[in-house]
Amino acid sequence: MSAEPNITPLLVATGLSKSYGRRMACEDVSLSIREGEVLAIVGESGSGKSTLLNLLAGRLDADSGQVHYRMRDGVTRDMGTLTEAERRVLMRTDWGFVHQDAAQGLRMNVSAGGNIGERLMAIGNRHYGDIRATAAHWLTRVEINADRIDDKPTAYSGGMRQRLQIARNLVTAPRLVFMDEPTGGLDVSVQARLLDLIRGLAADLGLAVILVTHDLAVARLLSHRIMVMKGGHVIETGLTDRVLDDPQAAYTQLLVSSVLAA
Amino acid sequence: MNASPYNFAYLDEQTKRMIRRAILKAIAIPGYQVPFASREMPMPYGWGTGGVQVTAAILGPEDVLKVIDQGADDTTNAVSIRAFFAKTANVRVTTSTAEATVIQTRHRIPEMALTSRQVLVYQVPIPEPLRFLEPRETETRTMHALAEYGLMHVKLYEDIARYGHIATSYDYPVEVAGRYVMDPSPIPKFDNPKMDNCDALQLFGAGREKRIYAIPPHTRVVSLDFDDHPFERNKFDHPCALCGASESYLDEVVTDDKGGRMFVCSDTDFCEGRRAEGHRGHLLGDEPAAREAAE
Amino acid sequence: MSYLPNQIMLSVEDLAKGFTLHLHGGAVLPVVSGVSFNVYAGECVVLGGPSGAGKSSILKMLYGNYLAASGEIRVRHGAGMVDVVGAEPHAVLDIRRRTMGYVSQFLRVIPRVPAIDIVAEPAMAAGHTREAARDRAARLLTHLNLPERLWHLPPATFSGGEQQRVNIARGFAGDHAILILDEPTASLDATNRAAVIDLMARRKQGGAAFVGIFHDEDVRTQVADRIIDVTNFAASQAA
Repeated sequence: MSAEPNITPLLVATGLSKSYGRRMACEDVSLSIREGEVLAIVGESGSGKSTLLNLLAGRLDADSGQVHYRMRDGVTRDMGTLTEAERRVLMRTDWGFVHQDAAQGLRMNVSAGGNIGERLMAIGNRHYGDIRATAAHWLTRVEINADRIDDKPTAYSGGMRQRLQIARNLVTAPRLVFMDEPTGGLDVSVQARLLDLIRGLAADLGLAVILVTHDLAVARLLSHRIMVMKGGHVIETGLTDRVLDDPQAAYTQLLVSSVLAA
Repeated sequence: MNASPYNFAYLDEQTKRMIRRAILKAIAIPGYQVPFASREMPMPYGWGTGGVQVTAAILGPEDVLKVIDQGADDTTNAVSIRAFFAKTANVRVTTSTAEATVIQTRHRIPEMALTSRQVLVYQVPIPEPLRFLEPRETETRTMHALAEYGLMHVKLYEDIARYGHIATSYDYPVEVAGRYVMDPSPIPKFDNPKMDNCDALQLFGAGREKRIYAIPPHTRVVSLDFDDHPFERNKFDHPCALCGASESYLDEVVTDDKGGRMFVCSDTDFCEGRRAEGHRGHLLGDEPAAREAAE
Repeated sequence: MSYLPNQIMLSVEDLAKGFTLHLHGGAVLPVVSGVSFNVYAGECVVLGGPSGAGKSSILKMLYGNYLAASGEIRVRHGAGMVDVVGAEPHAVLDIRRRTMGYVSQFLRVIPRVPAIDIVAEPAMAAGHTREAARDRAARLLTHLNLPERLWHLPPATFSGGEQQRVNIARGFAGDHAILILDEPTASLDATNRAAVIDLMARRKQGGAAFVGIFHDEDVRTQVADRIIDVTNFAASQAA
């Protein structure tokens, strides 16, 4: 039998708020996530879901509220008290961030191998052969033929770029990965492949994933829990299938009823 | 005493003090790029305005100045800068490395080992080694501040992936005093080892980008590399065609329009010195040993 | 894990459910109320009653898929009884992983995953190795007469009956002591209906408890130890 899951949350956010001028982009949002858990944050454009993701990932400073994270040494730290150096080390080792636009998450003028190897070199790996072998392994893991290792992302299709971006993030075995509309802008068939890959990797590696999407079908396929946002507020939260099949809030019912069967 | 209509060494005293403060800070933090208020100089950017300002700030009346461009004392840039200081500072100028106290250089380090009574001033076009992969200045400054230098190895990784070896042959990045990664200006990587534990003070001036940085004497300077692809100096297949030196950096010179070429020392003073000592390359007749035997 | 024959596996107490239709002026659609019953280890309880009586809604509440308005659903999970109503999502997921399985009427196809891996997944989630889980999946698919040439294909292109057999195999692949069945045999032929009935009988002998809906009279009489008439829980009566 597998070991009991660690039930201490990996990340806990409390009372996160952020406004742009007088507009509240995100107001008093709290959540927690455990290892191995996939949380989907859903909502329409302007709902505050991307702002929330950036607050959680430390890419934006909150006006108020805290994010606590259990570091690899087991000590839970207030992210606001981390030094810039600690925060950046965390972001390129124990965290990952997958952008909707691969150009934001990749170095487009660096080969696939260099893109994947960057995190390894950043943590001090100085053996070219090892770095290259690891990069080739991760390419295969995201279903890219290892003989494409020296091609630049500019020579890759949209779906391959996203898979490369995922490989680049996973090479340091992060425990938490943030994803911002990872399948946005891709063809449906390409989406399906990517979703299946993410689903498999998250399960195999026991990743915690916080996923922002406007696509309820993506949320249903990937997530255990879902959080519905509108106007910077959390409207409803719970088990993904419960929220989608028996939505309680008026807005969730509208959202669910306005899409084709998810 | 100074007949020149210019202030000594062209710059006014306040400007020289400002530049000296930047130089002192740069010496205190080896390899760190110190911003300074670079002035307009009577020459275009790219012609050594940064190096000229550093030289102007450190030059004293007793100094002997040498200026080299690609190792040569007789190219336009070297001649102009030498004339500039001869006129504005009335200092003694020389082409001899051994005689000089201040050497301003573009793209080379002299072959002769420098001494503690010398200062080497480099002209720097692009001071930021990380820019090749990270164009955001805000980001590269943070990376320097936090010593996040993984990206530098990404550049070398790309070289090996593409060419099978580290193909970067000039502007080869170094780590200074175990801390800052620095762009040594476009010197050939052949010269990189000369920066390490050097007796002379080395100053770097970038005029357009308004940065000064330094390597104090006897500082550890390490060229970046991989465990399985260690740093290597450029190697040459031939000795110098004029002086027969086999341990110097050679330039390829085209001698006619029929594909003729020769390889000669890029350091003209070094080459002339060797010839004065009787060394001969194949273009100048017999090897000295052969000639001695004939005499 | 084995259970004593008279041990309560699932205890439903005064459960109620209605739908508030916010998109229709907040109209409240009552479904059931006062639902109370127990399910013991090794028995199969079948919910009876006409369409629209709320049978499926009750099953979905048991599984945590629908939110109960009030009442209790206590499940024997690990060492004690856990109330599904009001449980944290983590707790519900853990119950689903280790204690309670669900077989729906239709397979929800996961793109690109081969049939055998879809079936093996609950066994892996329960902690079995990939090999052991695949072995178990192969045995179940063989039992349900799914041709071996289909095992390594994603079921998206399968016929309705083939998909449903994958679905049932998946439902039975875990180590669940409680299985919820929502008309699993509706799209199956007689041979495969019999295969499912046989599977259920074997699991009951091992102490598993079943709660299900079976419209087919013949199947129902073969599997049901007790039939609970859901019309007794009609919400309008209680209101």
